[in-house]
Amino acid sequence: MLPQPFLTAGSASFTDFLALQAPGLLPSARTATGDLSDLAPHATTIVAATFPGGVVMAGDRRATMGNVIAQRDIEKVFPADEFSCIGIAGTAGLAVELVRLFQVELEHYEKLEGAVLSADGKANRLAALIRGNLGLAMQGLAVVPLFAGFDQVTEQGRIFSYDVTGGRYEEHAFHAVGSGSMFARGSLKKLYKQDLSEADTVIATIQALYDAADDDSATGGPDLTRRIFPVVAVVTKDGYRRIPDAEIGAVADSVIGARLIRPDGPAAPLS
Amino acid sequence: MTTPFYVSPEQLMKDRADFARKGIARGRSVAVVQYTDGVVFVAENPSKALHKISEIYDRIGFAAVGRYNEFENLRIAGVRLADLRGYSYDRRDVSGRALANAYAQTLGTIFSSGAEKPYEVELFVAEVGDDASADQIYRLTYDGSVADVRGFGVMGGQSEKVEEFLTSRYADGLDLPGAVKLAVEALGQDVSPARTIDSEALEVGVLDRTRALTRKFKRLSSEAVVAALA
Repeated sequence: MLPQPFLTAGSASFTDFLALQAPGLLPSARTATGDLSDLAPHATTIVAATFPGGVVMAGDRRATMGNVIAQRDIEKVFPADEFSCIGIAGTAGLAVELVRLFQVELEHYEKLEGAVLSADGKANRLAALIRGNLGLAMQGLAVVPLFAGFDQVTEQGRIFSYDVTGGRYEEHAFHAVGSGSMFARGSLKKLYKQDLSEADTVIATIQALYDAADDDSATGGPDLTRRIFPVVAVVTKDGYRRIPDAEIGAVADSVIGARLIRPDGPAAPLS
Repeated sequence: MTTPFYVSPEQLMKDRADFARKGIARGRSVAVVQYTDGVVFVAENPSKALHKISEIYDRIGFAAVGRYNEFENLRIAGVRLADLRGYSYDRRDVSGRALANAYAQTLGTIFSSGAEKPYEVELFVAEVGDDASADQIYRLTYDGSVADVRGFGVMGGQSEKVEEFLTSRYADGLDLPGAVKLAVEALGQDVSPARTIDSEALEVGVLDRTRALTRKFKRLSSEAVVAALA
């Protein structure tokens, strides 16, 4: 017979159920002591930007461990459910586990309740999961995701950023997280306009990642010899869509082509 | 001191089975029919919110008859079991057979334990494979017995009459509209003369292996049901 937690009425949260039935599987069950910041690979820069009718999220492909490149083709942007995506910065292993838990959390709620969580509801659930990781974050294993989705009620793209304590902040227009985020944000500040098309928003995020990789050693630039390009996801009223590598490759080639002429990228007008 | 009446185990089990069977026969039937691209569940259910048919996991669907609170409890347990397995191993490691076994053990334990009343429910658990020969449908009864169903199955209400009709009409290789039409016509055979069920009172769910998403379950909207019946 199925154990009692399976048959208990009440919570539609998978995390709450895990806490009862298999607490060892919860990321927050881990405990450790000392400074662990050099122990595991770190993921770096994620950018997101809204456009009329949706949101674009892009992430570079590098994971680092100190001065070593741990992986050059890691994927850091994932679908959270049909209408949202999540990008991760910070300790890669914990972040990937958090993403898996978050994906199951959203699907579990949808199946049990027969309804999809609101965009704010999803953002709040993610905040609760990050809060559970605070202990490890204090020891250098922080996870800082960027969450973006299409709000089916207001019919627009929305972006949420987080801090290690689970603080949740709604961002307007664009945002970036990770070690190269200040360069990416500076770049987007000059390139972004509210009325960019989807294709132009994709170009703007690729430019921003290029600028981040230009000045941050932990962010990977486009790898031309191996044809490794950023992962770019678009969420619109039609749902989540990852842009095929061939398309991103073409965008990256044109961005790099222009940089051969002007290495600092497009110039913004002075006034 | 009063001595309790002796009741033979045979009689005790028979009484419990009669009790469960009576509860199950009170409602309307649910039919499940295989078609070329998957499995379709059809139920007569005027409620748009209280479902008899639901998704459990990527390739696994669920249909039930009987007491709502009891099968809803089992449905939630099934979703929890599937999600827990998928999370601790991998999505591909969640199987309909494991779920049917868990249900069978749960129903069997409740049926034979003296303290609780037996559940007045019957369930279908279906899983679609890569082709029609790999599809699996399990029928679970109130006492925990499991049966492997091929082609079609009916439970609840006046299921014999509906099943008889399906036996005479079902053939392999149906398309989706054909399968829905056949199931709806069959569900109307529970009274004589047969009735036509209004499309508004139908709940239809499909496990469609051709669906691009990993989650193969989909509810048909009332427009899609009307289109299939036309």
